[in-house]
Amino acid sequence: MKAAAFDYVRATSVAHALDVLAERGDDVRLLAGGQSLVPALNLRLSAPGLLLDIGGLEELRGITIRDGVLRLGALVRHVELENSPLIAEHAPLLAQAAVHIAHAAIRNRGTIGGSLANADPAAELPACVLALGARIVVTGQGGTIRRIAAEDFFQGVYATALHPDEILTGVEIDARPGGQSAFGEFVRRRGDYALVGLAMQARMEGGTLRDSRLAWFGVGDRPVLSPATAAALAGRRPDTASVALAQEKLSAELDPRGDIHAAAGTRLQLARVLLARALATLH
Amino acid sequence: MTSARVIALTVNGEEVEAAVAPRTHLADFLRDVLSLTGTHLGCEHGVCGACTVRLDGAIVRGCLVLAVQAEGRRVETIEGVSDSGEIADLQEAFVTRNALQCGYCTPAMLLTAQDLLLAGGVPDRDAIRDHLSGNYCRCTGYEAIVDAIEQVARARAGRVA
Repeated sequence: MKAAAFDYVRATSVAHALDVLAERGDDVRLLAGGQSLVPALNLRLSAPGLLLDIGGLEELRGITIRDGVLRLGALVRHVELENSPLIAEHAPLLAQAAVHIAHAAIRNRGTIGGSLANADPAAELPACVLALGARIVVTGQGGTIRRIAAEDFFQGVYATALHPDEILTGVEIDARPGGQSAFGEFVRRRGDYALVGLAMQARMEGGTLRDSRLAWFGVGDRPVLSPATAAALAGRRPDTASVALAQEKLSAELDPRGDIHAAAGTRLQLARVLLARALATLH
Repeated sequence: MTSARVIALTVNGEEVEAAVAPRTHLADFLRDVLSLTGTHLGCEHGVCGACTVRLDGAIVRGCLVLAVQAEGRRVETIEGVSDSGEIADLQEAFVTRNALQCGYCTPAMLLTAQDLLLAGGVPDRDAIRDHLSGNYCRCTGYEAIVDAIEQVARARAGRVA
């Protein structure tokens, strides 16, 4: 199908984009990489009056590290997560996850800011920022900045803490030396949204697990942590006994929904498998 | 505005200037305005990959990029890479290995294959399938396509060595 007609404005700065948002309010959709928005437009699931293109804003690009904080501009593309040396060193979870997002042609366009603002409950990057304990940086009217913890940012299916007159401008991640990560998902076909997925961040100390954060996606209306399962793993080696214990905890903690793609019990079993696979990669 | 906007871009090495409605995606622009009909449209929501083109050297979905987003950029289509001879070996291998039947997916399949091969080396069959995962073919069963790409990868590596 073809998209319904809309007005189009190319933002010249974040300040300009904020002015347009203030003026046109609910009638505006922000266009970044467009890999979720344009399909929705073509299918006429979305029909905004105005498309505000922030894709050309240099100030929203780039990956930097300063004072132990890794900063990603909202327009960092998935392909950059795959290839960036800074990501590989300080947040390899994002690179591990990026290759699972759709296909190469889509990763060349899709952006982290777009994925987070879209908040698809089965998407990879929202779960990753949750596992990483990242802060979502949001710029509002007058240039006021809000830093929202990933735990508070995702509020439901396609729902976030972002206000209509704000723009998601970046992501901040505290670089933690010695961190380890694991990522896995089950999909029907390569590049599909996940039936169930796991993004895991942890620290190993003397061969034992510390500070595990297990973020699950495809199991509810938003990515969720499993703190009880993580706590059960604290101070333990990632061995067979720990896997069994953690799987038992997980069965009590995770409450996935069943749908046409997979029953609830199937999803839970797949999650248990992902947990075992993730723990097997830590050392 | 919903009214047409004039955009300037480079398509297959030629400077192009045209008025487009903001809702026109790049694949429609190439086909309807520039008559470059080698770029095909299957699903128009990013699933089938038939509309693959190169934007500033990177493969993208032509149906998921608006023509206005290509302002000032460099677009290459199957016509461009065919005329330049860049993928002549791939095209020949597709014919000899019978890697196309109806041919609808073929232009995009070739551009995606070339994207993988430009990364260098000889990708194994899993890597080839992985890179092609976003391009649907409803005729061949993919086996012959993977054969053709593998053959060209080996031939190119041999030539370099």
